[in-house]
Amino acid sequence: MTSSSTNRPEEPLAEGGGPGHYYSYAIPYLPIGNYPGKLIAIEGTDGVGRSTQIALLREWLEVQGYGVIETGWTRSELMSPTIDLAKSSNTLNKLTFVLLYATDFADRLEKEIIPALKAGFIVLSDRYIFTALARAGVRGVDRAWIRNLYGFAIAPHLVFYLKIDERTLIRRVLQSRGMDYWESGMDMKLGDDIYESFRAYQRALLKEYTPMADEFNFRVLDARRKVEVIQDELRRQIAAFLAESDAPSPLAAIGRPDV
Amino acid sequence: MEGIDGSGKTTQLALLAKWLKAGGHPVFMTEWNSSALVKAATKTGKKKNALTPMTFSLLHATDFADRLLYHIIPPLKAGMIVLADRYTYTAFARDVARGVDRRWVRELYSFAVKPDLAVYFRVPIDVSVDRLLARRLKLKFYEAGLDMGWSPNAVESFRIFQGKVLDEYDRLIDEYGLSVVNAVGSITDQQRVFRRLVSQHMEIEHHDELVDESA
Repeated sequence: MTSSSTNRPEEPLAEGGGPGHYYSYAIPYLPIGNYPGKLIAIEGTDGVGRSTQIALLREWLEVQGYGVIETGWTRSELMSPTIDLAKSSNTLNKLTFVLLYATDFADRLEKEIIPALKAGFIVLSDRYIFTALARAGVRGVDRAWIRNLYGFAIAPHLVFYLKIDERTLIRRVLQSRGMDYWESGMDMKLGDDIYESFRAYQRALLKEYTPMADEFNFRVLDARRKVEVIQDELRRQIAAFLAESDAPSPLAAIGRPDV
Repeated sequence: MEGIDGSGKTTQLALLAKWLKAGGHPVFMTEWNSSALVKAATKTGKKKNALTPMTFSLLHATDFADRLLYHIIPPLKAGMIVLADRYTYTAFARDVARGVDRRWVRELYSFAVKPDLAVYFRVPIDVSVDRLLARRLKLKFYEAGLDMGWSPNAVESFRIFQGKVLDEYDRLIDEYGLSVVNAVGSITDQQRVFRRLVSQHMEIEHHDELVDESA
């Protein structure tokens, strides 16, 4: 057991240990070295095409010989059933909502993300803690408190924020799978009209993300463009980043001299 | 009410509740880690021994948040006396003993209501072990701290773990002004001290009310 009296910087979350390290509160029993893996987060609201982009990125990275692991939000073995149960019975209040998600994240961080980084994988995260910060923020949870809560998160090497406007977002969600109780913010009692509630909620979410771009060094991409255009942009930026680290095969060999 | 396993605090709390109710005070009891919401996950996690110190800590915080909003704040608003069998100090002591950051866990619980009175039943490890072993022969996995790998022997592991928990509680006494009851004496003696602490506190409250009314 390491002493918890060390490694506890006073800085707020976004000014902590730098990419690949804990934001502010290190997990004392899991000291992080200079691990070879990279953590890349794809952030954004519903309907921005995160999973499509991640699938394409994975393929592209694996062809180059990188080991890739994907992680998502609320997918841990420990918590998935409880979160589903809580959602279906609508008994979640905002604090328990936030804490259940944090528990899920901690489970994945310790069991998936950190081991993968240690083993040299590229971890593609479909959403990251910013989703939790945004959802909590619109629900009126204290912003400083939630940032401290997630102080044990590892700062990603890259965060891409797929940005979309409210109109496009609403149309895409309606087209794909429709609205659900939670993604419509119905728990926030913004009104009985599910469409109005959904709109108000998504607008508030978008507003919550905006200042985070500076706070957490988001690379903001316009998600209204075609899938291929966004993918090209993602690849260019990731290739440039990986070129600084050691690549398994020269990136120029796959026809990207523009890095 | 705080204290390690085997400190006798549950017995003491039950006796205190009897006394308060007999005196006409409405009492509401709440117990650490008892909300229905979190029970499922805790159970799954414990069964598979899949909980890490961090997820263990966060699950307890989730349980606490749930109880705070449903079982602690409403009875307080209704003017009842809420008796909590363990409170945030349990997390500060246990989670840190398991290796969670001391400041992080305090920040985590900063949404909690500060209790009007926090009583710590302090007991040496030997007494606690004797009491627990007398009651049931087998110490549970997490209770004994077996997840930490300090010792494969449950009793030995329990001693090591509770030793660390006691050290953390000792810090908390000054940090949070806990009232300490020596939990080695007879049940009746302890209860006498406990009741004196509570009645002193309630007299002060009563006094304040009178002053308020006359103002």
